[in-house]
Amino acid sequence: MSPDLIINSLFVFMLAGFIGFEVIRRISPLLHTPLMSLTNALDAIAVVGAIALAGEGKSTLATILGTIAVVAAFSNVVGGFLITDRMLRMFKSSRPQKP
Amino acid sequence: MAHVSNTIIEIIYLIATALFILSLKWMSGPTTARRGIRAGEVGMALAIGGTLLEHGIVDYRWIAIGLVLGAIIGVPLGLVQMTAVPQRTALSHAFGACCVTLVGTAEFYLRTPYVPRFMMSVLSLEVILGALTFTGSLMAAGKLQEVLPQRPITYKGQNFVNLGLLAIAVAIAVRLVMHPGQTHLFPFMIGIPLIFGVMMIVPIGGADMPTVISLLNSYAGLSAAAMGFVLNSKLLIIAGALDGSSGFILSVIMSKAMNRSFANVLFGAFGQVQSSAAADTEAKTVRSATAEEAAGILAAANKVIIVPGYGMAVAQAQHKVRELYDSLTKRGVDVKFAIHPVAGRMPGHMNVLLAEADIPYDKLMDMDDANPEFPQTDVALVIGANDVTNPAARTDVSSPIYGMPILDVDKARTIMVIKRSMSPGFAGIDNPLYYLDKTLMLFGDAKGFVGDIVRELSGSAHH
Repeated sequence: MSPDLIINSLFVFMLAGFIGFEVIRRISPLLHTPLMSLTNALDAIAVVGAIALAGEGKSTLATILGTIAVVAAFSNVVGGFLITDRMLRMFKSSRPQKP
Repeated sequence: MAHVSNTIIEIIYLIATALFILSLKWMSGPTTARRGIRAGEVGMALAIGGTLLEHGIVDYRWIAIGLVLGAIIGVPLGLVQMTAVPQRTALSHAFGACCVTLVGTAEFYLRTPYVPRFMMSVLSLEVILGALTFTGSLMAAGKLQEVLPQRPITYKGQNFVNLGLLAIAVAIAVRLVMHPGQTHLFPFMIGIPLIFGVMMIVPIGGADMPTVISLLNSYAGLSAAAMGFVLNSKLLIIAGALDGSSGFILSVIMSKAMNRSFANVLFGAFGQVQSSAAADTEAKTVRSATAEEAAGILAAANKVIIVPGYGMAVAQAQHKVRELYDSLTKRGVDVKFAIHPVAGRMPGHMNVLLAEADIPYDKLMDMDDANPEFPQTDVALVIGANDVTNPAARTDVSSPIYGMPILDVDKARTIMVIKRSMSPGFAGIDNPLYYLDKTLMLFGDAKGFVGDIVRELSGSAHH
């Protein structure tokens, strides 16, 4: 890990943190529950790290742990998007919707 | 499967990242939110697809098994009842943290004994946060599902024990950063945070769950971001940072709504505060009313605000409340709902329960919108909420909830409170609202009582 790489990653982290702050601050309290289930699903992007471990065959331990990690993260992907969609479908307005 | 160059995969990740940010941006309001899900799904599919094309992957069997099992577990978790969403959310924080911890563990054993210091630092952060979030979230889910006792369990020296455990884990991490070859220390760096996660949730009661779930959300995000540093994946760093800041913002909102600091939620279990207020209750009298009387007053009102609390959800009364809403709206009464940020067991929970009962979302007001409306309100109907309506929070400096922002229900012309009995709320604090001259207590089960009011309303319509 070169110092450049570390600094680059820290910049990315900082900027993403600020973007997250500004974007999420604007979300209505009405939708805080679906917000949490959505961020949960997005956070399950950790599945990409797990997939690499499970498929690269670097060691038996890595393959086993990677496979379990794929199960855990992918269940969040599937379950998270599914329940967020179910919740949002329930939110209806009393005013007629614009076409 | 054909392998693609790393540059193309990185570009796929770049697109996925943009879609994730858009996804959250579109969550800002109910009209665009479902577009937000689509963006998130496409981003996720691209990222997973891109990863499957990577050079290093030589064996797809275990990946396939993992994905299939994950889908099999994920589908039922996506189909739970809306009342069970808080425990489902806690469980999914546990799963996310589990993934991160396992990946961190595997990475350590693949790299030891040559782990650069920075990498070992973020790897330690990943594993410690992941492990404590894993057991902490399982405990929270257990309490919410009521398989574990909901009452906070406290003992002398609890904070000392907890902080001590955390300090030991950090000390081990520091040692491993200096000497990453000492593999025998690594299991302790996982085991101790696993224990800490359990101990952290033991003293926390049901009413603090909104804050705790948000905080665990934040930890899960941060551990994923740390994993991004270890794997040098910008996609993961960004997704983790977004999730971490979301959880953090929600925990700030929740703890502000309870007028408590994080430290107070985590280290100062409630419950020890009852002594001051509970003394002089027997002298005061309350006025009670029947369903028939309540129906009469509601039917004569122009403007009604319903204040739902967790008690409404426990009694499964939301569909009866919807019938009441319909019946009153048909008579031309303006009915709205006022929702306190900590109503329910997680942020926004009450909104979802009311939306599920088909109550239009534009009738749901948050605290800041609702409070200016109470003085012009004929009837405030409190269903299963207690402490969030307690005017002592505004006026009584000696009250343990003094300073907590509340719904100003007491400013309405008439107040009706549906309640099983006169027993106090979670904080064990008496509510002066109940003894006001303009307050009518409606004693009974929320679902049954609202049902009776609806029946009275429809009965009298025939006269």
